[in-house]
Amino acid sequence: MTAKSAIFQKEKWVIPLQLGVTFLFFAIIEIAIELKWLNEYVLSRPSKIFFAFHRIIVEESILSYTAVTFMEVLGASLGLIFIAIPFGILLAQKKVLWQAWGDWVSALAAAPIVLLYPLFLVVFGRSPMTIIVIAFLTGFSPVVIKTVEGITNVRQVLKDVGRSFNLSAYQQFKLITLPAALPAIFLGLRLGLIYAMITVVAVEYLIDLGGLGNIVGELAERYDLPATYAAMCFVVGVSILFFAFLERLEKWLT
Amino acid sequence: MKVNKKPAVSVGGASSEQPVLVVDKISKVYQTNSGSLIAVDGMSFSVNPQEVVSVIGPSGCGKSTLFNLIGGLTPPSSGKISVSGMPVNGPHPSISMVFQEESIFPWRNVVNNVAFPLEINGVPKAEREEHARRFIQMVGLEGFENHTPSQLSGGMRQRVAIARGLASEPKLLLMDEPFAALDEQTRLLLGDKVIQMQQELKQTILLITHNITEAIQLSDRIVVMSYRPGRLKRIIDIDLPRPRTSEIVSSEEFGRYVAMIWDDLREEASKGMAAADSARATT
Repeated sequence: MTAKSAIFQKEKWVIPLQLGVTFLFFAIIEIAIELKWLNEYVLSRPSKIFFAFHRIIVEESILSYTAVTFMEVLGASLGLIFIAIPFGILLAQKKVLWQAWGDWVSALAAAPIVLLYPLFLVVFGRSPMTIIVIAFLTGFSPVVIKTVEGITNVRQVLKDVGRSFNLSAYQQFKLITLPAALPAIFLGLRLGLIYAMITVVAVEYLIDLGGLGNIVGELAERYDLPATYAAMCFVVGVSILFFAFLERLEKWLT
Repeated sequence: MKVNKKPAVSVGGASSEQPVLVVDKISKVYQTNSGSLIAVDGMSFSVNPQEVVSVIGPSGCGKSTLFNLIGGLTPPSSGKISVSGMPVNGPHPSISMVFQEESIFPWRNVVNNVAFPLEINGVPKAEREEHARRFIQMVGLEGFENHTPSQLSGGMRQRVAIARGLASEPKLLLMDEPFAALDEQTRLLLGDKVIQMQQELKQTILLITHNITEAIQLSDRIVVMSYRPGRLKRIIDIDLPRPRTSEIVSSEEFGRYVAMIWDDLREEASKGMAAADSARATT
């Protein structure tokens, strides 16, 4: 049996196992609430959360909120693809550029940028642009760092193959450096988009401006606990689908 | 059994044709923190059309430096290299290089790896793929055209690298220990494959190796290098019958060549080992 077929065989029972564990988790919570071990006014019954899904989709129009979040994540993603990746490529070209900027980029990764939202509100106003810019800055560092890492770590022998075929600098970059660095760039992009997605929902929640974060906040303020938890589960589901899509895209492109 | 004790540029086989490769008093000196390091010192030899020549020497004698010099990846400190009479001042279209390390592109399948040199020369897709398939078949990988490198064994990956090297139809195929990472059996069988391809294509090959068996199995002549600085010690003509297969390694004549080359290399390898020991002692 090859390693590949072994992986596929594993997948057959991993997904039912994951679903089973999740179902068991909800069943335990349901029983704990029924037995008054957990307070129903703090944690809603999973059965009620399940039925609240219909309400948040039909009555609260959560799909239109999802579209807003999606557009904001898309804006941040475009920024990461068209600004952060080229910036990383630029920094990887000369050691001195990375030495000059690398520490700042790394420091940005550790900075709690989301706390600066009042400043961004002043600069960009109470608009989706504020959310997009904050999300972009949160995802910026991992994308730049992994892009630089990917490009500088291309194996010398692959570069030598390009040189032996007398490739121009552009051909060398397009045909060897970029494809060789693509797995690392995608890893950075995936990390950057995870941060960006979390930030979009968090800032929507903080500034009450449309999107999934906003609906979670609204439902919590109404103390509609089943719907609040249903909305939170919906956000988690959307995130899972988003990252599954990214994984597929990565496999297809690399 | 012929031995050229004092070779000059003209040393080669009996061919009256212009040599494919001429290495003329080539030297390479590296500047290090502890001073100048002479990697290659005044090497001269030539390779005639359709000939297989091996360069053999102990580890650290400058074989890979010589490979990079001939391939045009490193400029020489002095001396000249020419291919079919044209000077080599950088990577040369008449030379294809097969590297010691795995050098095929992991993101391309077999056919696209082999077609790479044609792609960069603007050959249309259908034409280059057809051309590539011919060389894939030649290295015995038909049926694996659409496999990615991760689905191939080490030996198969090196065969893809050789097919890629041949696909540009070079005047000289330059190989740097292409089977170094493989086990002895695979190495011998791949040697058979290289002999078959060479005979089919009449390909001129310069093989850099430290493996005596491989060198004798494949070569018409063997250039023996001394330990640092890498100098030409002598050139040995291999008068074994062709076509050869790996079965030849068990012949008496083959054994005599092994003993003769080992006599030369043992002395040089001992110098290398002593140098490594003294370097370790000082650190």
